Amino acid sequence: MLGYTITQWLFGILSFLAVMFALLVVISRNPIHSVLYLVLTFFCVAGHYLLMNAQFLAIVHIAVYAGAIMVLFLFVIMLLNLNEQGEPRRNVLSRVIGTVAGGLLLLVFVGVLKGTEQLQTLSVANSEAGLIKNLGHVLFGEFLFPFEIVSILLLAALVGAIMLGKKNEKEDVTQNQA
Amino acid sequence: MINGISIDVYLLLSAILFAIGGVGVIVRRNTIIIFMCIELMLTAVSLLMVAFSVIHNDTSGQVFVFFTMAVAASEVAVGLAILSMIYRNIKTIDSDELSKLKN
Repeated sequence: MLGYTITQWLFGILSFLAVMFALLVVISRNPIHSVLYLVLTFFCVAGHYLLMNAQFLAIVHIAVYAGAIMVLFLFVIMLLNLNEQGEPRRNVLSRVIGTVAGGLLLLVFVGVLKGTEQLQTLSVANSEAGLIKNLGHVLFGEFLFPFEIVSILLLAALVGAIMLGKKNEKEDVTQNQA
Repeated sequence: MINGISIDVYLLLSAILFAIGGVGVIVRRNTIIIFMCIELMLTAVSLLMVAFSVIHNDTSGQVFVFFTMAVAASEVAVGLAILSMIYRNIKTIDSDELSKLKN
């Protein structure tokens, strides 16, 4: 097919979709639409992981990001009852300035990162690095201590979220009296 | 080259996704959307980290991505709890209104 392999076609389609959905996240006015487009972007990125044979990360990416984090976002948006009328837009000037700043950031990245290929002469056809067996060996061998630290971090975040989300009883008492 | 795709293309894709996330953080006023754009930037960096992990055939990069996901999850949990608390107190999550920390 025009000299491209099927992997290159898949890469092109997934990249195009990822960039389009990412743009729609920023553009769409309804926060719920933004969340759904971000979920689609994450599915495209998971597809990229699969193309690179990083199977474990692809599944974890879908489960954690699309499954857990985005549901949390959706839940909070519905809880706060936000809709497109709720958000006043920035004026045109600051939006244009923001976009130009982002474009300049992209320009800097492209300028800095261009030519990295010359540093690498390796050519990988089918990497074994992302298979769950190899990942498990490294995760529970070399990185066992950071893994345990991350579990403490998650516990702290859990407790913190509950403490923040809890209603302040003193405030309720004063509101009831007033 | 990963399956016939140059690492430069992955660099470009990640840079574009990161820049889109950055524009979203600057342009939008809804704090939840700003959070989502930060997630987008984290994902762009993760994608690049996996690409380099594959090209070096080194698993450590993918372990770092795994840790990044854990940190992102805890960040979102605490951040959304703070946002819902702010909304309960001052009835808005507009980032311009939040510039005053008191009242």
